[in-house]
Amino acid sequence: MTVYILCLILFSIGLYCVVRKRNLIKIIIGIGIMDYAVNLFFVLIGYREGGRSPIFASDQVIDKMVDPLPQSLVLTSIVIGLAITLLLVAIAIRIYEKYGTFDITKINKLKG
Amino acid sequence: MKYIREDKGMTLIVKSVTRLTLGFILLYGIYITLNGHAGPGGGFAGGVIVALSFVHIMLAFGKEVALKRLRAWLLRVSIGIAALIFLYVAVIRSSFVSCPVFSTEVIIPLCEMVIVGGGLFAIFIALVLLSKGDKDAE
Amino acid sequence: MVEIHLLILFMIAAAVIAVQAKDLLSSVIAIGAVGIGLSMVFLALKAPDLAIMQLVVEILSLIILIRATIRKDLPFSVSGRWFFNTSSVVLFLIVFLTAANLALKKTSSFGSPAMGTANIYIEGAKSLKVANVVASITLHFRALDTLGEVTILFTTIVGVLAIARKVGHEKADRS
Repeated sequence: MTVYILCLILFSIGLYCVVRKRNLIKIIIGIGIMDYAVNLFFVLIGYREGGRSPIFASDQVIDKMVDPLPQSLVLTSIVIGLAITLLLVAIAIRIYEKYGTFDITKINKLKG
Repeated sequence: MKYIREDKGMTLIVKSVTRLTLGFILLYGIYITLNGHAGPGGGFAGGVIVALSFVHIMLAFGKEVALKRLRAWLLRVSIGIAALIFLYVAVIRSSFVSCPVFSTEVIIPLCEMVIVGGGLFAIFIALVLLSKGDKDAE
Repeated sequence: MVEIHLLILFMIAAAVIAVQAKDLLSSVIAIGAVGIGLSMVFLALKAPDLAIMQLVVEILSLIILIRATIRKDLPFSVSGRWFFNTSSVVLFLIVFLTAANLALKKTSSFGSPAMGTANIYIEGAKSLKVANVVASITLHFRALDTLGEVTILFTTIVGVLAIARKVGHEKADRS
């Protein structure tokens, strides 16, 4: 159970970074940390004590496998995380080119 | 070899090591793709490795050489052909069952590798050119 | 189980450094450390597919983030609206931890998963004679997931190329 709580702490760090910081790159980093924490939580749920990796072998000694379904879902989730990062970086570079800063409050001021 | 003497890109050591290791990185990406059913791996990881090998050329030699090796129309055509093969497998799948080369374990990861590799390299080029244009504007 | 705890503690330390560093470049490199630590955790949790995937994706996103932040090193200030930001952080954390507490009561304990659907998939992979069960799930049983993955990537490519388009310039030097 302590592993779940450590995972929650990691998610909270990402949430703090997204809500509190004012730099656009820091916000992208916070979203990345939340993404990692959620992926880690999914794989932690499917772990079996003393199990083996979900690949059949000819000389298998241990019969019990780790749950393969969360791994297959996380495989898609990692791709979505990469797509989010790429799109946010493109938008951030465009904003920097337009306003000359990464600070979100200054972007608000320049708009009016 | 004649690219080495140009002043673009990084130093001579980086260029020589890039020239030696480039083929192995590409081969490793294809191996990861085709080995996805027997061991760890898969289409997406192989495609990202292929894209990273092109990014490797671009970081070491500069923009012009990378674009000379991999033209833009080639990228577009290969991505389009791979997507069409995807559609073909989805719609008329029964004709592929007889030939073992075109079974599901081989053709879907290969198409995914082409789409992912070409697409991520296109994204990288777009972002680099965007920040270059930004620097020129300053 | 000790190594999983140690690796997650390493990830938390690297995440704190990434959040609190003044320099943007060191912060980006610290997020790379978090991702590679996550790859090692996946390897310790018996998920080699995910370990390869996470390592490769982490390298690519690290390169792109460094391209984005290089030469744009800004001084990083936290002044202004201190009360509003901190209170919103506290509010969000309270909501999230309440929901997490309710969810953790329902989950099974660590190390003994409830393999409901997974047994069907394992039996199916055994009958199809595919060695890798995860690849069997993503390609045979849940092929629509793979289609959605490629669709998301395609949408991202179109979106990034549309955002990065130079308006009013000639398009000869672009891909």
